[in-house]
Order: sequence, then structure tokens, then C-alpha cells
Amino acid sequence: MQPRDLTAGNFAAYPLQGRSLAVAHVETLRQLPLALLPSLLREIIQYDYLFPVERSTIEKQLYALAAMNQGQLSECVHGFAQISLSHDLEDFDWINHPAQFLEQQSAWLWSSHQLDAFRTAANDYSARLDAVIRVEAPPLRRLGIAVIGQGVASWDQPLFRNLRAQGTWFQSIRSGNGLRLLLDATARRARAHPVPYAHWYIDGDAAADHDPALTSISFSALEPLRTGLLTKMQKEIERPGMGPEQLRTWLARLTPAELGIDGSTDPVLARFQVSLFTEASGTQIFSTTFAQWTTREVLRRAQALTVIARFAPRQRQRPMNELLSGDTATPELDPAGSLIDADMAAWYHWVNQQRLPGYEQSAFIAWFEDHNQAVAIGPTIPRGVESDSSLDLAQLLAFAGG
Amino acid sequence: MNRLIQSLQTPFGLSLSRREFLRDVAGLTLGSTLMGASPFLRGEAVRKKRKVIVITFGGGARDQETFAPEGQENIPHLLHELIPQSSFFSHVTNRGILGHYVATASLATGVYETLNNFAAVPPQHPTVFEYFRRDLKRPANDAWVVAPSNGFNRIGESDCRSYGAGALVILPKHLLAAARPGGVNLDHLLRDNYENPLYTPQLGGGEFELQQLDRILRLSVEDFAAHARTLSSPDELSVYIAIRLMQQEAPSLLWITMHDIDVAHSGAYSLYIEGIRRTDRLCAEMWRAVQDNPEYAGNTTMFILPDFGRDADYDTGGNGFQHHRTGDAASRTTWMMALGAGVRPGVIYDDPVQSIDLVPSLGAILGFSPAQSEGKPVRELL
Repeated sequence: MQPRDLTAGNFAAYPLQGRSLAVAHVETLRQLPLALLPSLLREIIQYDYLFPVERSTIEKQLYALAAMNQGQLSECVHGFAQISLSHDLEDFDWINHPAQFLEQQSAWLWSSHQLDAFRTAANDYSARLDAVIRVEAPPLRRLGIAVIGQGVASWDQPLFRNLRAQGTWFQSIRSGNGLRLLLDATARRARAHPVPYAHWYIDGDAAADHDPALTSISFSALEPLRTGLLTKMQKEIERPGMGPEQLRTWLARLTPAELGIDGSTDPVLARFQVSLFTEASGTQIFSTTFAQWTTREVLRRAQALTVIARFAPRQRQRPMNELLSGDTATPELDPAGSLIDADMAAWYHWVNQQRLPGYEQSAFIAWFEDHNQAVAIGPTIPRGVESDSSLDLAQLLAFAGG
Repeated sequence: MNRLIQSLQTPFGLSLSRREFLRDVAGLTLGSTLMGASPFLRGEAVRKKRKVIVITFGGGARDQETFAPEGQENIPHLLHELIPQSSFFSHVTNRGILGHYVATASLATGVYETLNNFAAVPPQHPTVFEYFRRDLKRPANDAWVVAPSNGFNRIGESDCRSYGAGALVILPKHLLAAARPGGVNLDHLLRDNYENPLYTPQLGGGEFELQQLDRILRLSVEDFAAHARTLSSPDELSVYIAIRLMQQEAPSLLWITMHDIDVAHSGAYSLYIEGIRRTDRLCAEMWRAVQDNPEYAGNTTMFILPDFGRDADYDTGGNGFQHHRTGDAASRTTWMMALGAGVRPGVIYDDPVQSIDLVPSLGAILGFSPAQSEGKPVRELL
């Protein structure tokens, strides 16, 4: 089937709101090349479970495409129209399974050496839409906080090497009550600007006491989901004929209910929690990876205004000789390795924050928990310099502009 | 930030920073300033003694954790022991599919293969081992592959007509599973790869059988299992097997695929760094084994190259070091070093070469004709 053959009836299996959106824009969708359309449909089919910012982005994109005349639209999607797809892809049920189509399309693009052309087409499409879609500045300065190194008593290697070039490195921070000061400050922001899914607290262990105005996700709280998923995955893998592609397809179809999650109170959050384990690598095993990936997704998808991410020690990766010894004891924690993981994750936190609107005004701090090292980044903060000012965490946050 | 991103992402920027860094640190000479005849010796008599070892520095390492200034602390052995003896190619591009099996198969055939990365299938084109054995009439035990996982068990030879007699493949983890030291559960250790950690393809074809431990490597199952218990990683096991193979069989063409670095897919940066440091150490260990073995010392050329890089921090489609999915410059652009017999030491070449140029270069060095390869011999190695 080709996009030009689409009718409103083709979306009958879509969830209610997504179906309405697709039907309302079916004329626009009919004009898009097959190399592009399933990417949009993947968003539309999930529309009912997306964050508000994501919904708004899709709507704006569809309206912008609809407002173009034939020539403008052709130019906008020209790169995608040049992509050659296989007959298998054309015959695929891309309307009802757009995510699976995209997986197969990705493999096809690699094997047919069209990946670079697709990247170029995507960048061009994105640039043309950016030119016509008005980007709204965030209602308040975006703030990121990374708390790393829990459980590390002492550390003599350099920290924050990437971040220091972007801001000021403090080495005399007064660490007392630091986490509480940071959580209270973020809670005040959340209460003052009560935007849904805009203020997050992510913890790689159990969440500390926090204001319910913050949307909270922690590795410990999701333990039943995580272990339940791993058990199910193991069973699936043992089934005859199960390969990596089939496993990914199976994972993509899992719902919160199938994993024992009650999604009735907040179906958007429940779906998001499942996706953290079904669409990522390493989050199922390592708490540091979980915290890093969750932070990335909260910024990319929800475009959060406030994110405080606290990293905890992950389990130690056991070397081969230990595995061969047959010792089945639960592996101990690896605070030092986790500090290195989290140091890099803090850098990625800032990089991901800088991809969002209003990045010029955003603020960021990273703190070595219970120690006197931190780095602060903000529009008025000197870059690449050191400071011996003795600030507590609340003062540091104020200094960064948060 | 945009200018910074651009300079980091262009292949020329990557190779330039590598070259400048090496010139400063290792005191290397820029290859384009050199004149004169080839350092490689020619003639059949020499070729018959010539041995080649290829090590893939896998799976996938970026500049910023290796040859960029901030990464140098992770590769002390490459930097201080091997680079001064090497011709270093600072700009190697992989234009193929960035999955470890398919990319290694591409390196071994000189063609960008398009096979399923996660299936136990042979390369679609003749491998370097087939060219080597057919053209030079070499016996089966003169070409070997030591590979990390079951997925690589078909890499030794293609299904192509008139070829098909290639390398014997040893899968050390497969051997370990067969030995089952102490009857312990090795499921975690034996996971096949880090991209799909729960998937292990079933073996078929000519894999190395356990009884060959004794016949080829002169190792009892007990001794093998006991030694494995002293090693910290699968790549250490691979190097142990490779060195044993050199001692017992002295193959002329030996290919070792490292894989520990690919633990990066787990998202744990510290484990990725550990993997790089371990691979750096193991490369030096291999080179020392060459020097210590009279069959190899003085007549061996060793190549070390990553199969590809990993995604850049700034590419929005990826998650930095964790994967190699974007096809950006950082994930496609790497390096290669050649050291030993016939190699001009202490020289950097920054002209672009492709990863598929390795096989034709080996053909020129060893004297076989890689008829179906789509690469070109690297001029500086001729």
C-alpha cells in the first residue's frame, strides 16, 4: 500500500485521540513519501500516551505541513521521496505497525547504503519545519541538577572534566544537608510553575523524601517492573525461532498491564516507565544507566523544565574468573565505577538540556554528593575557571541562576 | 557550540586531531614528507616466511577515549610501546553497516557486506583467508581466526564457488562452554554480544571442536579450564588462545577479533574505559608474543584497527559512547596502525583510506589476488 491510498478507515485500530488526529489530517498524510510517513504515524499511534509537549509538537508539525502548498510540501519532503524502499517494506502493514516498519526500514537503509541520504533528508526536513514552526521559549529558565558519587568516601581523580570548560568549578562547597536543599529548591520551582510533567526527580536508588509536585521515578520503585520484564524476556528468548528482531518487536508491544503496572491513574507515566526498560540497553541491569537514560528521555520527550538526577552505586560487573568460580552470591556494589559512569552521565545531562529551546538561558549544576566539589553552568557564570568560594548547595543553585 | 560540534564531527577534524596529537606526543613524522622506495621486501622467498596478524580493536572505540588528548591515559601501551614502531593511518573510514559481525566480515572480505549482523551466516564474498589459501596453496592450518562469540563462527569462509576453503575459527567462549569448568552456569559470561545481550545464535558449520583443544593447542580440558579461571575477560581468553596457537601451529595469517570494549552498550562508561585499557594492554601482549616467538620475530607484520567508532556526544540520534547507530563521523572514522616487518616506523599518514582497503593491502604484502574486493591497496604499505 502507498500513502496516496490512505483513507480515514485505515486508522480504525488507533487509540481514540490518535485516531481523531490522523483522520483530521489524512489528506496531508496521503501526500507524504513512504520513507517519512511511518515516522509520523509512530507518534500518532501513541498520541494518547504522549507527554503534552510531544502532542503539541506533532500537532504543530501536521498543521505546518497542511499549510504548505503543493510545491512547498514537495520541496520539504524531497529528500525522503528520493529514498528507494524494498517491496517488502512497501507491502508491510506500516499503518498499524509503524515502529516495526521503522526497524526494518533502518536495516534496509544500512544495507542499501542509503543511511547518509536519509540523514540528510531528515536534517533538511527538520530545518524547513523549524523555519515555519514558532518555537516558544520555556516559561522559566530550565534547570538541571546532577548529584553523583553516592557512597564514595574519597576520590583523587579529576571530576567534571567535560563540564568544567562550560562553567565554574567549585572546590570548597559546604556539602551539609545538600540533597535536601536541592530537593526543596526544585520543589519550590514545581509549585510556583505547576506545568504537568515539567519538574522531575530521578533517583538511581530509592527516592529521598520529596514534594509530590515533582514527578518522581526511581530504580528501586520500578524494581518489580524491571525484574518482571527480565523474567518474561528470558522466557521469550527460549521460544523456538525467537531472534533479536522478534524480541524487539515483542518488547515494543508490551503494555503496562502485561507487566503488572496499574496504568489507570496516570497512563502517560506508566507507558513512559515501561519504555525506559523496553526501548533501552543496560537500564534493566545498571542503576547508573537507568538514571542517565531516564534523564535523557525526560528531557527529549517531556522537555522538562527541572530535572534533578541522583546517581547511586550500581552492581559490580563480575570478571570472568569470578563467574567461573561458580560463586552465585549477589554481586556487591561498585561505588567507584558508578562515580565514573555518573560523571559522564552528568555531562550528557547538560548536553541533552542544551538541545532544548531556551538553552542560552538554562542553568546546570553537578555536585559530588557529600563532598566539596561541584560545577555550575549558567548564562552569567564564567567558563573554565575555578572558585574557592564557600557556598552551600542552595547558594550555588542561586549563583547558577536556578 | 555549533562550531565545536562541526569540528568534532567532520572526519578531517577527527584525523587531524589524531595526527597533531601523535606528532606531539610520540614524535612521529608525517608520511607525506617522506620519499623513497617501499620499505616492504618483495619476492617469493620473503613472502613464504612472511606472517601477518590482524587485531580488531573492538568493538568500537572513539577518539576521545583513545587518541584524543583526553583519551591518551587509556592507551599507554599503544602510545608508548607500539606507535613509535608503527606506520599510523590517522583517517580510516568505514562506509558500511556498523554492526560488529558485519563490519568485521567487511574488513575480512574487502567488500561492504550487507548480511544480517545477528545471524550465523557466512560472508557474501570471499574472505582474505580464502584468497590467501587458494592463491598461495596454503594448508588449512595456516590461517586462523580467534573470535569472541558464536555469531562469528562463519567468518572464516564464504559460500562462494571456487573459494570456500578459508580459515579455521576458534571461539574461545564456545570452548569454555564445552569445557564447563566445575559445571558452573556460564549463561551470563556466554552471552553472545552486548547489542542483544540475551541472544545467542545456535552454532552450525565448521566450528572448532573441543577435542581439538588437545590435538591443536596441546591443552587438556582441565588445564584450559584452570587457566580460564585466572583471566578476567573473554578477550584475555582470546589472546591466551591466540598465543597458544602461535606456539603450536604458527599460522601465517592470524586474525583476532577483540570485543570487550563493546560492553559500552550497557551504558556504563567506566566499563567501556576498562575495556579500552584492557585491549590496549592485550595488543602489547600480542606484540611481545610475536617478539618472543622465533617463528614470528622479525618476519611478522601486525595490523591493529578498530572495526569502527561509536556515536559522538553531540549527535542527537544517539546516546554518545553507548551505541554506534547514527552513522555519524565519529562512528565511521577510525585509525589503523601497522608495525613490524616491512613497515616504516614512526610515520603518520593522514590520507583517507577505507576499512575495505585492508584486504587488498594484505594481498599486496602476502602475494595473493583479492579478486572480488572493492578496496584498493594502501599505497604507503606497498
